[in-house]
Amino acid sequence: MSSIGTGYDLSASTFSPDGRVFQVEYAMKAVENSSTAIGIRCKDGVVFGVEKLVLSKLYEEGSNKRIFNIDRHVGMARLLADARSLAEVAREEASNFRSNYGYDIPLKHLSDRVAMYVHAYTLYSAVRPFGCSFILGSYDEDDGAQLYMVDPSGISYGYWGCAIGKAKQAAKTEIEKLQMKDMTCRELVKEVAKIIYIVHDEVKDKAFELELSWVGEVTKGRHELVPKEIQEQAEKYAKDALEEEDDSDEDNM
Amino acid sequence: MCSSNSEWRSAEVSTGTTIIAVRYDGGVVIGSDSRASMGGVYVSSRIINKVVQVHDKIFCCMSGSLADAQAVTNAVIHRLNFHSMQMGEPPLVQSAASIMKEFCYNYRDELSAGFIVAGWDRKKGPQVFEVSVGGMVVEQEFTIGGSGSTYIYGYVDAKFKTGMTREQCLTFTTNALSLAMDRDNVSGGVVHLAVVTEAGVERQLIPGNKLPVFHRI
Repeated sequence: MSSIGTGYDLSASTFSPDGRVFQVEYAMKAVENSSTAIGIRCKDGVVFGVEKLVLSKLYEEGSNKRIFNIDRHVGMARLLADARSLAEVAREEASNFRSNYGYDIPLKHLSDRVAMYVHAYTLYSAVRPFGCSFILGSYDEDDGAQLYMVDPSGISYGYWGCAIGKAKQAAKTEIEKLQMKDMTCRELVKEVAKIIYIVHDEVKDKAFELELSWVGEVTKGRHELVPKEIQEQAEKYAKDALEEEDDSDEDNM
Repeated sequence: MCSSNSEWRSAEVSTGTTIIAVRYDGGVVIGSDSRASMGGVYVSSRIINKVVQVHDKIFCCMSGSLADAQAVTNAVIHRLNFHSMQMGEPPLVQSAASIMKEFCYNYRDELSAGFIVAGWDRKKGPQVFEVSVGGMVVEQEFTIGGSGSTYIYGYVDAKFKTGMTREQCLTFTTNALSLAMDRDNVSGGVVHLAVVTEAGVERQLIPGNKLPVFHRI
């Protein structure tokens, strides 16, 4: 469905005759051009995995993190510069909420607020939409695990599992195979690593770093990067799983 | 301590007051007197209600300047309503106390009102918060406030025990208020009570002549 806007795509304040705002769609394309990230919710937490493409051997390992801490929640996004400014917005919202109302911001509310902010940038010609999607997750004792995604058009939905970036279709297929409602975070970490390894395209993009983080009962509600030993186990599981499967596995879509 | 004849006419209406709230397992009991005075001399209202409902299961008691207290309370009702609509569920007592605190603290140079915020919410059950004049918030098992409270610190400290039943809390509250109203010249009138539990709210009014009487010289 790649149609060119021809005249209706110059600003976000213009609709096309068939009711589309092309600038927003182009922003979503920007997200699709960037590497994959997934978030999956299980019965006692949320696990995030990001395929962080290493563009140069000179990069320091672990720099340019794609996973941010927002209060006790998480955001992941593309077009890193846009993502950073949105992470700041989300942080301020969470912080102001706590200051005004005295408790941690519920994730749905945070997600709505970030979505409203992103949506505001799709209304005017003087600004461009944000070129990033956001996955937010949290865990607390009363409301359990929650996972929300915000996209450049300013929509926010709750999910059991979601994927963004270039291999999102393949990742979604893999995610749908999982029975996440019955899994714990520890089991899920390995599956998330496996999915990222599966959908990573060896041919086009060579090296990548896997960034894994989680928030759940296992971390007592705090969002943290997965500890080194668990990450290594998960990556080993993923690599073993890849070797076992046929090469034709990726064509079974 | 007597003011001249005309001073009270131009004095601000204050709720020289006694207010109290107690938490028990299952709910909170909130009470206040009903006198509003001007200049410490003239009683401008004998039956004012200082126990205000700010949400279905959250109440607050006013003390200090009546105008300030009412203004803040109305602002809190508005904010809390909005917040509760956004969240899609009844607000936490902590939130009500926090919103109250924001007003009291941000405008502390202009305001002169202290509050007790008490109620029930699904997360933590019954809670009592004291929001003092400058904007400090403290959660407590019971708290007293207002000018009349100074006369009953000894009583409440001696008589309060954890694990009281609802009836015991009602007696405790009524006795405390009567004692304070008896000694504080700017507290008096009737006793307004409210009991808030998960099931709902129950309000009571005890007329002045039905209050418990203690030893009088």
